[in-house]
Amino acid sequence: MGVQFRSLVIACAMVFEMLHASAPGWADAGALAAGLAGLRSSDFQVRARSIEQIAESGEAQAYAALSALLDGRLYVRQGDEAVVIGSEGSSGFAAVDALTGADLGTADKVDFKKVVINNQMRGALRIALARLSLHAPDASARRDAVDSLFGSLSSETIDLVREALTSERDEGVRRAMQTALALADIASPDRDDRRRAVETLSHSLHAEARTRLAGLLETDAEGKTRERDPEVVQAAASALEHIDRMRAMYGVVETVFFGLSLGFVLVLAGTGLAITFGVMGVINMAHGELMMLGAYATWLVQEAMPGHLEVSLFAAIPFAFVVSALAGIAIERGVVSFLYGRPLETLLATFGVSLVLQQGVRTIFSPLNRAVATPAWMSGQLVVNGALAINYNRLYIIVFSIAVFLALVALLRFTRMGLQVRAVAQNRAMARAMGVRAGWIDAVTFGLGSGVAGLAGVALSQLTNVGPNLGQSYIVDSFMVVVFGGVGNLWGTLVGGLSLGIANKFLEPYAGAVLAKILVLIFIILFIQRRPRGLFPQRGRAAEA
Amino acid sequence: MRTTMRIHALVAATLAASLWLAPPARAADTIKVGILHSLSGTMAISETTLKDTMLMLIDEQNKKGGLLGKQLEAVVVDPASNWPLFAEKARQLLEKDKVAAVFGCWTSVSRKSVLPVFEELNGLLFYPVQYEGEESSKNVFYTGAAPNQQAIPAVDYLMNDLKVKRWVLAGTDYVYPRTTNKILEAYLKAKGVASDDIMINYTPFGHSDWQSIVADIKKFGSAGKKTAVVSTINGDANVPFYKELGNQGVSASDIPVVAFSVGEEELSGIDTKPLVGHLAAWNYFMSIDAPINKEFIKTWHAFIKNPKRVTNDPMEAHFIGFNMWVKAVTKAGTTDPTAVQKAILGVEAPNLSGGMAKMLNNHHITKPVLIGEIQEDGQFATVWKTDSLVPGDAWSDYLPDSKIIEADWSDKLNCGNYNTVTKKCSGQNY
Repeated sequence: MGVQFRSLVIACAMVFEMLHASAPGWADAGALAAGLAGLRSSDFQVRARSIEQIAESGEAQAYAALSALLDGRLYVRQGDEAVVIGSEGSSGFAAVDALTGADLGTADKVDFKKVVINNQMRGALRIALARLSLHAPDASARRDAVDSLFGSLSSETIDLVREALTSERDEGVRRAMQTALALADIASPDRDDRRRAVETLSHSLHAEARTRLAGLLETDAEGKTRERDPEVVQAAASALEHIDRMRAMYGVVETVFFGLSLGFVLVLAGTGLAITFGVMGVINMAHGELMMLGAYATWLVQEAMPGHLEVSLFAAIPFAFVVSALAGIAIERGVVSFLYGRPLETLLATFGVSLVLQQGVRTIFSPLNRAVATPAWMSGQLVVNGALAINYNRLYIIVFSIAVFLALVALLRFTRMGLQVRAVAQNRAMARAMGVRAGWIDAVTFGLGSGVAGLAGVALSQLTNVGPNLGQSYIVDSFMVVVFGGVGNLWGTLVGGLSLGIANKFLEPYAGAVLAKILVLIFIILFIQRRPRGLFPQRGRAAEA
Repeated sequence: MRTTMRIHALVAATLAASLWLAPPARAADTIKVGILHSLSGTMAISETTLKDTMLMLIDEQNKKGGLLGKQLEAVVVDPASNWPLFAEKARQLLEKDKVAAVFGCWTSVSRKSVLPVFEELNGLLFYPVQYEGEESSKNVFYTGAAPNQQAIPAVDYLMNDLKVKRWVLAGTDYVYPRTTNKILEAYLKAKGVASDDIMINYTPFGHSDWQSIVADIKKFGSAGKKTAVVSTINGDANVPFYKELGNQGVSASDIPVVAFSVGEEELSGIDTKPLVGHLAAWNYFMSIDAPINKEFIKTWHAFIKNPKRVTNDPMEAHFIGFNMWVKAVTKAGTTDPTAVQKAILGVEAPNLSGGMAKMLNNHHITKPVLIGEIQEDGQFATVWKTDSLVPGDAWSDYLPDSKIIEADWSDKLNCGNYNTVTKKCSGQNY
């Protein structure tokens, strides 16, 4: 860890070396030293000025120091007041001198005091780092740097961007830089400059572009637009219209994605229930708690492997499946099998089991929520363009849900056990006559449905709070999906879940979160009046019976 | 027949013997204090620590010799985040256990549920949590912040120091956020903010799907004017909210979120990385550098036997409220509620920032206001505070209906809901 960190610092220094070599500035070691000393001050204003000083020093170490400050890794050593970049590794606290980059070895963390920053400093740091990154070796880093400067284009920044554009070869970065320059040119006194800027901005979906164009068309008290030249006004108006159309289209795509991600979570939650309810006719009110057990299993796995957060989810998946499946089989053998054929009693009994599970978790762990961390590869967004960005965690959960669903369908369709499950569901007596052990299959089916609930719990642990009440939040949604999609039909659950998710997300901007849910519920109630069996009802004599 | 008579005689003798042998029912020589906080259910995460705080304060007082020469006895009940159960438990504490005072409640709905019980049975409730105002009862002492001691100063800080021009008021859907947002909307409009620059949004308790709302906030905030979110989101819905802000790349320096219901206790159980830099407005932070605060934290850690436990604003409110009650009882010479209600007006007790809190005639207290930034370790770093203590105002001056209402429980008015225009005192407005 210490070696990795040191090479990172060296890499940052090299980045800056390249910038330093290509930028026409001059390196001022004194400015860097003075800036670092200023960071020791307890006055936030002095610290803010120090950031400027460090950024403008032109020294190779400036980028590493500022980046460490933003990440909360810059410390002051007690005693000699040296400013260091620290990192905690398995071998202890590794320190690197911020001024020279020299390795200071490992030390006791207690000797170092972190340099605290506030929001204003954070804003200034991001701008300073973005400006320094304009010459980074990686194209996407340069692109991100330009994007983050859009909202704060001072004249010095514009000059830097203009100068960087001359040596820029990458198409994407060039476009971003030209957009940035166009944003500045919008205010230019020259009419042709403004016309060209409007033209460039009409292709940009960035929010800042739209704001500037709308600003040109703002009318003052007399009804005249801010922009006086009619040609520019017309160009701006049509550019704005084009942008709004594109943004509206991407807005719909975004809402569909939100709906799909909510829908797939519902599908995952409902699939387990579709199996137990649909195949066995058992109303399992403890289904939500089985999801909660899966979420707690994920937490336990994370606690058990503290250094391996990135792979903990992969380990949690089989573990959660097994835990919830075993719990499900225990419920089936202990409670449900005695009440076979009596749905009301099963409902009451499983409700009781759900209360026992909830209180059990409260007693064994605590009534407080458990903190389940999200691995780095699942955090953040995939930015498609200025109007559309997709969360990684939702994307992977959609992929995961599809995989689980397909695996389940394959299991039921292609394996011997799946065949027996389907046989028992269709005609129990006949299946028994054919030699299928119906009681054992009951337990397996329940276990399968519960295991899928556990997998849903793994997904939910990344999206919501893991606490004893987790099941209560999702049990109603699960039943809604199963009832709407058609009892006993997995494809019905899929279609039902996705349509409910998308409907909910389309209603939300207009009606608000609370009312959207109410409207969806009312819709289902009305739908069930017309088609009591759901979208894809079971057919056949056994089902009619 | 003779056997039955013998059995009857045996039973009668046993009963008589047990009554004679049982300890005589003597007048209570302890003073009972009721603790009405949820120890299970959705509010348990916030309220359990307040039960422990009260037990510690009672323990400390007993070490000092108790109250009026008697030891204090804590009566703990668990209303389990169930609002009707709060009223039942309150009645049980007052009628059956005959407690001298009750320290409890958290959500405004729990307080509204127990209010009729306390007014009917003339009990005393010390309520330690920030709330929406619009209430002043003879039987309740509000040691938490009124909107003018938390919400309004926070908005002032955002407007004046951070130059915020666009506002998102996001809250959970119940009385506290709805009323607070009503007050804030009126306040912002009075300061000249256009209604296009205010976005209001409500979500249910425990809401976890923040994708579209955060995307809307992002869009709302990218119109070129500095935007901030004023959050009255309560409970664990805060966790997925802040996570989603982090996921969508909304940092505290772009769109800061100032929360009124997120404190050290709520932060202690979650990963604070996505929250660093966001703000909260309270009257106390555990990080305050005052000797009395260090002392309190030390006592707390020794009592709870866990050096990792945090202290927070409602705990300070109980500390102030309990000490005020003790002083009032000592002054009045009795625990009788009516006498204490008279004696407690004007009583001063120390707060944990080094100043003194005073019980005002409207049953609110004076408090300093602090704005803090969330740090990685779940503590707050104070970035702004009021120069002097702010007196709590029960009836907001920014709503036309309550501007004209005054609360004064001293002999001058002896009314919590006095209309200064019609010069009439009306019953409790709930």
